[in-house]
Amino acid sequence: MIPASFDYQVAESPEHAVALLTEHGDEAKLLAGGHSLIPMMRFRLATPAVLIDVGRLQDLRYINATNGSIAIGALTRHSELEHSKLLAQSVPLLASVAALVGDPAVRHRGTIGGTLAHSDPASDLPAALLALGATIVARGPHGDREIAITDFFTGYFESALADDEMIVEVRVPVSTGGWDYQKFNRRAQDWAIVGVAVAQGGSGVSLVNMGSTPLRASATEQALASGASVAEAATLAAEGLQPPGDLNADAEFRSHLARVLTERALVAAGASST
Amino acid sequence: MNTTMTETEEAATTSYTHIGKARLRREDPALLTGEARFIDDLTLPAELWLGIVRSTEAHAKILGVDGRAALEIEGVSEVLSGADLAPLWGESALPCAWPVTDDMANPPHLPVATSVAKYVGDAVAVVLATSRYAAADGAAAVLVDYEQLPAVTDIESALATDAPLVHESLGTNKSYTWPLIPNPEAVDEAFANAAHTISERYVQQRLIPAPMEPRGVLASPGVANGELTLYSATQVPHILKVMTAVTLGIPEHKIRVVAPSVGGGFGCKLNVYAEEILCSALAMDRGVPVRWTEGRSEAATATIQGRGQVQHIELAADTDGKVTAVRVKLLADMGAYLQLVTPGVPLLGGFLYHGCYDIPNYSFECTSVFTNKTPTDAYRGAGRPEATYAIERAMDSLAIAVGVTPEEIRSRNFIAADAFPYESSAGLVFDSGDYQTVLDKAVAMANLDTVRTEQTKRRADKSNKLLGIGFSSYVEMCGLAPSRVLASLNYGAGGWEAATVRVLPTAKVQVITGSTPHGQGHETSWSMIVADKLGIDPDDIEVLHSDTAISPTGLDTYGSRSLSVGGTAVFMATDKVLDKARLIAAHQLEANEGDLEYVDGSFNVKGTPTAAVPFAAIAFAAFTAHDLPDGMEPNLEAHVTYDPPNFTFPNGTHIAIVEVDTQTGDVAIVDYVAVDDCGNQINPLIVEGQIHGGVLQGAAQALYEDAVYSEDGQIVTVNLGDYLVPSAAEAPTYRLASHVTPSPTNPMGVKGVGEAGTIAAAPAVINAVVDALRPLGVTDMAMPASPQTVWNTINNVNNEAPGGAS
Repeated sequence: MIPASFDYQVAESPEHAVALLTEHGDEAKLLAGGHSLIPMMRFRLATPAVLIDVGRLQDLRYINATNGSIAIGALTRHSELEHSKLLAQSVPLLASVAALVGDPAVRHRGTIGGTLAHSDPASDLPAALLALGATIVARGPHGDREIAITDFFTGYFESALADDEMIVEVRVPVSTGGWDYQKFNRRAQDWAIVGVAVAQGGSGVSLVNMGSTPLRASATEQALASGASVAEAATLAAEGLQPPGDLNADAEFRSHLARVLTERALVAAGASST
Repeated sequence: MNTTMTETEEAATTSYTHIGKARLRREDPALLTGEARFIDDLTLPAELWLGIVRSTEAHAKILGVDGRAALEIEGVSEVLSGADLAPLWGESALPCAWPVTDDMANPPHLPVATSVAKYVGDAVAVVLATSRYAAADGAAAVLVDYEQLPAVTDIESALATDAPLVHESLGTNKSYTWPLIPNPEAVDEAFANAAHTISERYVQQRLIPAPMEPRGVLASPGVANGELTLYSATQVPHILKVMTAVTLGIPEHKIRVVAPSVGGGFGCKLNVYAEEILCSALAMDRGVPVRWTEGRSEAATATIQGRGQVQHIELAADTDGKVTAVRVKLLADMGAYLQLVTPGVPLLGGFLYHGCYDIPNYSFECTSVFTNKTPTDAYRGAGRPEATYAIERAMDSLAIAVGVTPEEIRSRNFIAADAFPYESSAGLVFDSGDYQTVLDKAVAMANLDTVRTEQTKRRADKSNKLLGIGFSSYVEMCGLAPSRVLASLNYGAGGWEAATVRVLPTAKVQVITGSTPHGQGHETSWSMIVADKLGIDPDDIEVLHSDTAISPTGLDTYGSRSLSVGGTAVFMATDKVLDKARLIAAHQLEANEGDLEYVDGSFNVKGTPTAAVPFAAIAFAAFTAHDLPDGMEPNLEAHVTYDPPNFTFPNGTHIAIVEVDTQTGDVAIVDYVAVDDCGNQINPLIVEGQIHGGVLQGAAQALYEDAVYSEDGQIVTVNLGDYLVPSAAEAPTYRLASHVTPSPTNPMGVKGVGEAGTIAAAPAVINAVVDALRPLGVTDMAMPASPQTVWNTINNVNNEAPGGAS
């Protein structure tokens, strides 16, 4: 497959990227790792007129501890999350999930900012960050703003980012309570058919590929908080959701998988009613 | 003709320096470093790119082709409809070389449709442009006006009286019916007298071959002399040369076909495709090179697909489970047109539905139908995986009916080791084998007692991770093929293979082979054969192939034929070289040639090793021709065309151990044991590689791959995210062993191994899945056994039998 023609510009700084975004509006797309965007362009599902390459913004590649949370630069690669000692100690769920994204080539190119901006409901890291209660820092023409991740995902491949904003940082609270990630797929490199992330012993439970955005399993979280058993809480994992159907799983099977995997994740995370 | 492995292994190691020992492939450094040149790495000045407009409809009248928007795009020079192109080939059509019956329906198949598009992907117009990008943009901009027609997508309803017709002029969707029923009354009698009968229906889903390199073509005209050089990512440059000449009327001696490095084929490049004819015709007509590179999604419909059958198999057996008859009715999906060997593929399995069992009464009938889908054709195993699947699944059902283990039902029915050469009820003569010993070895390796203990424990514990054990004992027919047998099957060519061994003045050797490698490692294996026979280093031997100007005679690579036919030709040509060398040595030693022996690369008179003539001296003497025997031609070179007297019959037993997660439907292959008899082995490393890849390709049919079409004929799986080719991460850890019964058919005793793993693996895996779930009431499992399918199957059983196991 061959993409439609496009212009290519290199951003020299986040401010330059924002300026280019301001100039080109919704005709432009930021290019970071490119492992989601480029395939969509090759299938002509995405036809941006301008690609703004932010992949060279080395200053946005970092993982730092700050005041009880971990600050991660938007251009940090999945493989850097996977192998970070700081994350392994402070947010082990995130390091563990990063290790399950795609294959090694994808993990060496893909970035945390890119995967959030792409807002694919089938991606692993956005759901993990949702369970962890992360905060997203977006830079626009008027400076930075913080977006709670619960407000970030607005629809299928859509986020709260404005056309002239780019993600510069992701802040994740230190989270060492019981955690687990269940990724169910047919081939190791594939997106999850259904995934379940559990953070802090079950106070954060989120779902991959169970709707148009990454989702919190709210009914499960509330049931656990109200004293339900893990098994009872898990049966509520797909409550009120309208999961998609595709070649790998119809909606009914997806709901079933969500329940099974939520129970497994909660058990592995050592969750119990509070 | 039975030899224990120990004896043959000893024979191999004592006789040969290289044959039988693992040797790294000489092909790999260039492939691994990117130095190898594939079709897309070649460029020619002034070349034009072909973009192909493909039908988006499964069945539709083409009312009009509007190229105006495409012509606005920079670089696009022409937009041509099927009608515009028709004068380039007139009435002649793409070739089908296998009219399996006299009354087989074979409608004309033009490279570009003129009036009706018959499947999604059918070419309806083309664009010529100065770059690949412009060709792609141009093809995307062409507007085709369609009038939709009803589509035929289900082969089981294709013959209904009210079914729409793929080819209106035929009045039917049937292409042919091909029976192989030597004694119908005896079959009926066996079923009438049977203590046990089994009757099952299996579906062989369509598969997309998906070699790592899609297809590509570059046609270069020689305007002054009316020549055509055709580069193609093909398995069959020799066949392509003949067919291009026949189809386009270009004199054959003016055509040169080159297959550069080819990144796999699995049968899908055993064909003559529209794009090869299109590029050739346009290049010759326009007088400039014309090229085309297939996209991955394009390949999903523009390249043939494999399988596509519905099988009904019945077994009759006595009280002990000894099978007395097998009766098969096969429905085969041809797709919209017959490609090169489309109709013959199901029949390659048609002789093997009794598997490796001594079944005295045989009945096989294949009915083939047209559908509005991509044509089917050869795909790794080609008919034999399907046959093996049916008999091996049915044998497991028989074991249950009789109340014995799967290994016991097989043992009771195997062709006995002392029965070879064995004449089968389907009319073949099997060369050699010891099926029981092979099975015993596999059973021992699989630690079945331990696995069954654990299996029983998990069942008792109501575990949601159930274990299953799946057997597959297979025999296949390889080494295509004796030309006279092919004649009896109406095949349009022979089955011989050619080789030349040319000794250069400096005692380096060129081997020219007519079989065409595309990943099999011919260069390594052929050099080992010749090196051992000549007593020289394999690195002093170059193997040339895949270019009809260098290797003008050949029938190429498919059907696990390369070693047993092409390798045998190389072996025999080397013998001819040695015969001539012996005459020269005798002349120089003034000895009787009968008194000479050839040891470590030198001729000497037996008993007097000091008087020796080394190979290098003979090579140079043959070149100078200063002192040759009277009347002998200079130079040392021999050519052999070898027509095999029979097929070869590789066989084996594979055992898959699977763990099925009954909550999620996930199937994991936790152990895989394969014991194969491919005859004597030249390079065990290549044998292992073939089995590894073959098994994964068979397991892929069992668990992952499926060319999914909607009811109206739209294909859904056009990329490798939706069409699930497994990767190394999904591959089981294989545990392999071999058992060798040399084939008496050829001098090296070889059989072939290119398709064995694929043939064996799918039934082994599905038998294991069914075995795991049998306590839940499951008796069959559709392929691919995806989590959704497994979950549905368990649920359906539970719904049908309330109160059953959960």
